[in-house]
Formats: sequence, C-alpha cells, structure tokens
Amino acid sequence: MPNELFWFIFLLPVISFGIISVFIKPFVSNNSKLPGYITILAIAGSFALSVWALTAVFAAPEHIVEIPKIEWLVIGDFEFSVSMIMDSLTAVMLLAVTFVSLMVQIYSLAYLHKDATTVDTGFPRYYAWMSLFTASMLGLVLAGSLLMMFIFWELVGLCSYLLIGFWFHKPSAADAAKKAFIVTRLGDFGFLAAILLIFSQTGTFDTMELREMAIAGTLAGSVLTWAAIGIFSGAAGKSAQFPLHVWLPDAMEGPTPVSALIHSATMVSAGVFLVARTLPLFEHSTQALQTVAVIGGFTAIFAASMGLVMHDIKRVLAYSTISQLGLMMLGLAAGGVAVGIFHLFTHAFFKSLLFLGAGSVSHASGGTFDMRKMGGLRKYMPWTFTTFLIGSLSLAGIWPLSGFWSKDEILAKALENQPIVFVLAIITVFMTAFYMFRAVFVTFGGEFRGGEQSAHDSHGGGHGEHNGHPHESPGLMVVPMILLAVLAIIAGFWNVTGEFGAFMGHGETEGTFIGNLFGIFTHSALPLLSLVIALAGIFLAYAIYSAKWLSAEKLGSSMKAFYTLLSNKYYFDKLYEDIIVRKVLLGWIFGIFQKFDTNLVDGTVNGAATGTGRTGGVMRKWETGQLQLYGLFMAIGVLAIIIALFIFG
Amino acid sequence: MDFNYLSAIIFLPIVGAALIAFVPGLTRNWIRGIAFLFTFVAFALAIAVFAQFDRSATGIQFEELVSWIPAINANYHLGVDGLSLPLVVLTAFLGFMVVLISWKEELRVREYFAWLLLLEASILGVFTSLDLLLFFIFWEIEVIPMYFLIAVWGAGRKEYSSIKYVLYTLFGSAFMLTGILTVYFTTGSLNIVELAEKGVASYASAIPAAAMFFLLLIGFAVKLPVFPLHTWLPDAHTDAPTAGSVMLAGSLIKMGGYGIIRIVVSFFPEVAREFSPLLVTLAVISIIYGAAVTLRQTDLKRLIAYSSVSHMGMVLLGVFAFSEISLTGAALQMVSHGLLTGLLFAMAGFTMHSAHERDLRKMGGLARQMPVATVVFSIAGLGSLGLPMTSGFVAEFVTFTGSFSSGAFDGIKPLVIISAISVVLAAGYILWMLQRVFYGPPQEALHHAHDADKLEKVYMFAFIILIILVGVYPAFLTDIIKMGIAPLI
Repeated sequence: MPNELFWFIFLLPVISFGIISVFIKPFVSNNSKLPGYITILAIAGSFALSVWALTAVFAAPEHIVEIPKIEWLVIGDFEFSVSMIMDSLTAVMLLAVTFVSLMVQIYSLAYLHKDATTVDTGFPRYYAWMSLFTASMLGLVLAGSLLMMFIFWELVGLCSYLLIGFWFHKPSAADAAKKAFIVTRLGDFGFLAAILLIFSQTGTFDTMELREMAIAGTLAGSVLTWAAIGIFSGAAGKSAQFPLHVWLPDAMEGPTPVSALIHSATMVSAGVFLVARTLPLFEHSTQALQTVAVIGGFTAIFAASMGLVMHDIKRVLAYSTISQLGLMMLGLAAGGVAVGIFHLFTHAFFKSLLFLGAGSVSHASGGTFDMRKMGGLRKYMPWTFTTFLIGSLSLAGIWPLSGFWSKDEILAKALENQPIVFVLAIITVFMTAFYMFRAVFVTFGGEFRGGEQSAHDSHGGGHGEHNGHPHESPGLMVVPMILLAVLAIIAGFWNVTGEFGAFMGHGETEGTFIGNLFGIFTHSALPLLSLVIALAGIFLAYAIYSAKWLSAEKLGSSMKAFYTLLSNKYYFDKLYEDIIVRKVLLGWIFGIFQKFDTNLVDGTVNGAATGTGRTGGVMRKWETGQLQLYGLFMAIGVLAIIIALFIFG
Repeated sequence: MDFNYLSAIIFLPIVGAALIAFVPGLTRNWIRGIAFLFTFVAFALAIAVFAQFDRSATGIQFEELVSWIPAINANYHLGVDGLSLPLVVLTAFLGFMVVLISWKEELRVREYFAWLLLLEASILGVFTSLDLLLFFIFWEIEVIPMYFLIAVWGAGRKEYSSIKYVLYTLFGSAFMLTGILTVYFTTGSLNIVELAEKGVASYASAIPAAAMFFLLLIGFAVKLPVFPLHTWLPDAHTDAPTAGSVMLAGSLIKMGGYGIIRIVVSFFPEVAREFSPLLVTLAVISIIYGAAVTLRQTDLKRLIAYSSVSHMGMVLLGVFAFSEISLTGAALQMVSHGLLTGLLFAMAGFTMHSAHERDLRKMGGLARQMPVATVVFSIAGLGSLGLPMTSGFVAEFVTFTGSFSSGAFDGIKPLVIISAISVVLAAGYILWMLQRVFYGPPQEALHHAHDADKLEKVYMFAFIILIILVGVYPAFLTDIIKMGIAPLI
C-alpha cells in the first residue's frame, strides 16, 4: 500500500465530520444514533490504519517513513507545504489517540441521555464535534511543520471549546468553555510569537529541518531560547501547566466522555507532544530545558495538592491530570522523549478509564459528581469498581501496572538530572496515591448515600429516575472500560526490557521480560522507595476514609488555613478573573481607553464641529454683502502677505 | 478585448439604480427583481474576469482607455491587476448579497434599492479607476448614497451619524483633492499606472514629496480608518441599516487600504519607507487600542464596528512593513475582513431584527430559537478571531509573519509581537459576544425570536463557503494578489 494512505488516518474522521454536519444533522432527529455509528466506523478505520502505521514505522530504517510534501501556499519566501512526519513518536501517539477515542465514542452511545434539562441528546452535534476533534488531534500528531501544528493546535482548542460548552444553556458550561479557549489562547500567543521568531531567523516552518538546525547549532543562542520558551508557553496552555492551569478543572463542565478523551488523554497531552516533537530545540538551550523541568515539577505537586481536597470526583481527576502532565514535562526535560512520552502513553489509558468510571458512577447516582453523595457503589457496580480500582492502582504507580513503569523512569531520570525537582515529584507520588484512594474509598466503600435527590439540575447527562437504586452501567459503557483496564495493566510492559525506549531512539533493549519484571527492585532502591511511598499514601487514605481511624473533619479543621487555601485553589481564579481581568484590564486600563476614545478623540472631532459652527456664526456677521468691506479685508490680507514676505523672505 | 467587462460591471448597477428610480409604477417585487438581476449579473461578470485573469502576468489587465477631458489630460481609464481584482469581486459579491439581505425592506423601497445599487457602482468605480480624476469622482459619489442610507433607513442617532460620516469623509477628501492637484501640477499626469511606474519623486517639484504623501494619506487614513481618525466608524456602522453596515465594513473601508497601496505607497515609495516607523506604530495602536475598546462595548453592532478598527489596523501594518509577504497579507486581510465582518454585520442585523434586542446585556439563550443563525454567527466570529481554516487566520498569520521578518526598520519585531496580542483580545470579545447572545438559559422576553428562512440561509452559507474556501486554499487568491504586489517590491 502506498504511504500516502496514512493521510486517511486524519481524513476518515474529517469525512465523518463532513457527512454528519452536512448530510445527516439537517435530516435526522437529535436522538438518532446514526452519527455515532458513522463516527465509530471512521475512527475504527483510523485505528486500523494507525496499527498498520506502527508496524510500518517499526520496520522502517531509523523508524521513519518518508511521505512526500504537497505544496500549498507560496508567497515569496513564505513556503507552506502540507507535510507529514511518520516516525516512532507519531506512531505511538496515533495508537493512543485512536484507541482511546474509539473507546470513548462507543461509551458515549450509552452515556448521553435525553432528559429535562438538555431537551435533546444532541447526538449529531456531539458526534460531529467528536469527529472534528479526533481529526484535529490526529492532524496535529501527523503535522510535519510548526505552522501545520499550530493550525491543528487551534482547531483542537476550538473543539475543546465546543465540547466543554456542549450544554450551552448552562451558564457555568458556557463560562468554562470561554475560559478554556481564552486561557489556552494566551499560551498560543507565545507559540505564535515563537513561530514568527523562528521563521524570521530560519525561513522555514519544517519541524525536521528545525530540529536539525538546532542540533547543528545554526539555530542557537537567545533566539533559540526565546523560541523554545514561546513553544513551551503554548504547550503550557494546552497542557494546563502552572500558571495557565486554571481552565482545566472548569472544563469538567463538559460531558464526561469528553473529559475522558479531551481533558485527560489526548488534547491536554498535545502540549507534552509539542515539546517532545521540538525537544532538540530545548535540549540546546539550558534555560529552556530548565524552565520545562521546573514548571513541570512544580505543577505536579501544586495540582496534586489541590486534588487532595476536592469533593467532585471529576475535579479530583482533573487536578490529577494536571499533576501527571507536569510529571510528563519533567520526564521530557530530565530524560528525553522516550521517558516523557511513555508516561503520556500509559496515562492515556488509565486516565481515560478513570474518567469513564467517574461517568459510570455518576450515571448510577442520579447525575451527581459529588463523592459525598455516593458511597457503597462497590456492591452495585462490580465492573465499574474493578476497572476503576485498576485505573487507580495504575495511576498511583503500583507494581506491576503500567503507571508504575512509566512513573519510575521519570523519577529515576529526575533524580539523576534534576535532584531538587525530584523531591517535588516524589511527594507528588504520595499525594497521588492518597487522593485517588480517597476517591475510591469514598465512592465505592461504606454505604450508599443517596445520590442526587433533587431534580438532576446539576448535570445534564445523568438521568434521575434511578435515585436510590444505583445499578451497573450498560454493556456499551462497561466494555470500553474493561478494554482500557486491560491496557492500564499491560501498556507498561512495553518498556520492561527497554523496548519502547529503543523504538524512540533511546538506548538498547536489555535483559529478559520476566527477569526485568522482578529484577527492577534489585537494580536500585528507587523503585522500591516509590512503591512504598505510594502504598503509604493508599494506607493513609484507608485509615481516614475507610477504617476511619482518623477523622477527615478533624484533620481539616486542624489545618484550617491550609485547607481553605487549597479548596479555594490558591485563589488563582479570583486573582485572574476578578482582579486582573475585571478590575485591572476591563475596569481600569480598557476603561480609560474607552473614556479617552469618547471624550478626547471623538470629543475633539465634535468640538471641532461645534467650533466651526460657532466660528461660522461669528463670520456670518462680517459677511455684510458690502463690497467696500470685502475690499478692505482684501487690502489687509495683501498687506499682511507683503509684510510676511518682507520679514521671512 | 471585445467586451468591456469592467465598464459593464460598474454600469450595470448604475443602470439598475436608474431603472428603479425613474421607471414609474414599479411594484416592490419588480424593484427587488431589478436589483437582484443587475447585481447578480455584475457579480457573474466579476467572476468571469477573475476566471480569465492571467495569473502569471504582473501589471494591468482588462484595460479600457478613452480620452475624456483632453485639456487636462484626464481619461476614462479602467483596469484591474492582482491588487484590485479581489476587491472588485468582493464588492460585486457583497453588492449582490446586500440585495438578498435587504429583501424584506419595506420602507421607501424604491429609493432604498436605488441608493444601494449606486453605492455598489461607486465603490466598484474606485477599485477599477486608473485615472486620478475619475478615481476621485467615484470616491466622492459614494458619500451620497451612504448618507441617505444611514439618515433615512438607519437607527439610533442616525442623523448625527450620517452627518458625521459625510463631514468626516469630506474632511479627508479635501486633503486628498489637494494632494491629487499637487501631484497633477507637479507631473502633469493623472494616469495612476504611469505615476506609479515613474514615482512622483522623479519629477521636479516645489512642494516636498512628504507633503504630497501626507495630503493623500489623510484622505485614505480616515476611510481605513487609522487611529485617531476612526471615531466616525463606530457611529456610522452602528446606526446604518444592516445592508449599509455590510457595505461599509465589507467593502467601503477597503477603499482606504486600497488607496494607500495603489496611490500613496506606489507614488511615493521612498517617503513611505521613511515614515514606516510612524505608520507601523499607528497601526499597532489601532490594533491593540481598537481591540481594547471593543472589549468594553455592550451594543452588538457597536462591538463589531470597533473590532474593525483593530482588524483594519493589520492592513496598515502589512502595508508599511513593505515585504512581499506582509503586503500580500494586507491585501488578503482586506478581502478576509470584507467577508467576515460583512457576515458579522449581516448576522447582527438578522439577530437584532429577530430578537428585537441589540443590548448584549439583555440577550441570551438564543441558540434555542435560532440554531442555524448560531452556527453561522459563530463561524463568522471564529473567523474574526483568526481561527485556522477560515480566511481570518491566513490573512492575519501572513501579515504577522511578513511584517515580523520584513526588517522594514529596527524595532518592528517588538511592535509586531505587541500587535499579535490582539489574537487573545479578539478571542475575548468574540466569545463574550457569542456567549451573551446565544448561550445561557432561554429568556422569556426573547421567545418570539425565529431562525433564518430559506433566503437567509442562502446568503449566510454563501459567505461561509467563501470564508472557508479562502481559509483552506488561500493560494487561489494569493497567486493573483502576488502579481499585483510585485511592482511595489
């Protein structure tokens, strides 16, 4: 098969989007599942092609398959071609994106429900946007130039906006959508500036050429540093890194499958992917690489700390996502592409699994996401419980699940290259284990606390008729969770012998699978240490929320100031929205601009008009119609000119 | 050339306007039908010119030259090149679209359509004239129909806004006329092509070239508009009827940008380079200041009007950065802004008429009542905030890239970076506007709002197809624009 067929990985969901929005949406009811089937078919096709792409890349020399460029827009030196990079990084990303997307699309068929607040299910709209999102994400992964990446980057942001605001009649959803778009755009401004800088310096947008220039040293110095920092600012926006993290928790206003796909597994990892794709630029600038490591490490612990106190299960997962993305950034900075991307790969499976699990428990408890209203669901939902537990164990980094392997490598490399940030990372491991098992015990342990009793107004996707009778979710929801759980267990095995790293171009494989599986604890103390720390986190959560040896309330009140700070998210929302945007920018600076515009700029115009009118009124009195008077004025004028010439001439 | 395409394109709307105005006893349907027919044929001819245009040649094509006033060397001289042709097509498109947009107009229909067609013809005349006198006459004719459209069919403070529009334009024209006269007395020529080729500076003159440069520039700067000469724009756009706003924002203010490239910069390239730092700075102020003031607006139309100040600033930026890329970006931005803001005003007018409300603070939830309009309005808005796959992104990105790497003067790079902040501000005002109008719970007071009917869908989708076409495959326009820009480099 010709390699151009790889374009269909991207084009199939584009076609599905086109068919749904042009040919289906106008003609079917909003409850028709037809758009869902089309989307699933298209993405299944993309998945199959991605698997084929992976094998092709595996077999190719240097793990790169060359695809010819297509010239698209040429204006003088400005040359933009449609191009594709098909290397090991792309192939791995394709696999993760298409698989998770496929699972989420299947799950969504059963999840979206018609109820009183949503009026209709909106299947065509939902699946059109999901198709467009998947297409944009795949386009971003395939893109061969920075400009092309930026194009899909923005489209991914658009889809995120549309899907967060899917229930647009809820003001909170509309606000969250807008916030996500604007905050990420702030980061994109840096990305745009970096592209401008790079183009003016090198005259190209081609990613591979730029990587070679950075390695060869033709792109170096402060230009390289600023370019890398600009790119990272875009990445920080999309991957919700401090200080642009504020949009992601609010993005949970979208339907839960959207959170599973976009706000945990794919779009938010686009930032990590972007840094990985342009990593040679960072590696040749110490400042840029250090920035990524520090921001990543700090975000990891910063977000994890907020995850400790959230009551909304999706928000716990959201902060966990921010924290894990921080670890990925740290992994990229400390250990290179293989380390950071391996965690991205395993995280995609277990985090989307956890979100789908959260959707499933919400489905069972009348549409709430408040864990305090759940409890005891283990009895009613064995499948959801089991898969959620697997996801949590994997996220906490418990041997031998996938999260253990990927997190262990980040920790090892951080200890080696970034010892200070390593301390932050190891504390994060503890916090992660604690908040995940807090969620597990509160949600699934104890007795059922009644779910959402009032008319399910808090959440559009749930359905309230099952109040008080929690139940397992339908097969269409459970099967994707089981498949993801399988991957959450086994995905990590890919790198037990260093196979993944070798595929990414880092090191060689060594040892046997079984030997390394157990031998990991004998090489160094770190894996054991991180495992013990994670277990300690789980134990503390057990002590407080299951065995109740310690009272959560007492703990909270004994550290009241800290607790308030955390549950107010360190007041960042207040600082950004109330103080910076409303008071300083809109109220103060832009307000002054507007007053200046009305009073001074336009005031001058109106003043000139009034002045002219008045002058005209005065002048009219001089225009008496008497020729003698005009003659006098002319004489005065001529005299004045003569005098002027005499003086100045 | 056997058939005088350009004359036909200009005079079809004039003939249409004359028929509507002077044939007695026409019913409303006849009037609308005549307007439809003449603007449609003009548009079709413009497409025909676009299709036949030789994309590998620089210079003027479809030239028509007839001696007019031999005593002063004035000619009836028309022609298009890569710079003007896209604007001719844009104007013919908008001229046709506003007939559809105005289909339901009931007040003094005869005069209304006559003025609308005359307006289109005068703008087309400006974009095709290659004689300074002819250019100036078309430039001045345009004021009259626009004045009546705002004063009679407008809303709000329409008398104030229409008078302000006329006086402000005439104020600029006075400078421009002086500039044209000084150029004429210096060179003895009114031929735009010839003057651009030789450059006015090559003629001996008592008046410094910089003086002529600024005299001409002020007239165009008012129209573009450039800070601080922009305050007529929000008033005129806000109070004009929907079709008037569409023509104003979509096509008319492009006369300013076109004039700056075609006349000011072409005649005085050295002076233009010399003053590039000043004008780029004014452009950046227009871009950022315009966007900041936009963020404070609460009236639907006024918000869109102010956003034009910001977006047209990018045209000025691209022009005075003087690289092939930036000038192409500027020319593309004019077309893109014409489509996007034309559609935004069309949608704002539609929404206001449907909901009987224009105060953004009182709107909300209209996505329920008007799903199609929501989609169309959103696409126009997203284009306006520079989303890829729409024309807005291509135009802005090319302008920024070209300006940043132009090296026109030291310090242009930070200025371009500052102006790029507008992409964040634009996201702010556009998304706020969309949220205010369409999202949130449905409102009792707006229940009567209705969605677009078939006719309205036709013009809405026509705009969208073009916006996305330019956004996805801009080369079909830039390949032509490049040919028009080439002589300037």
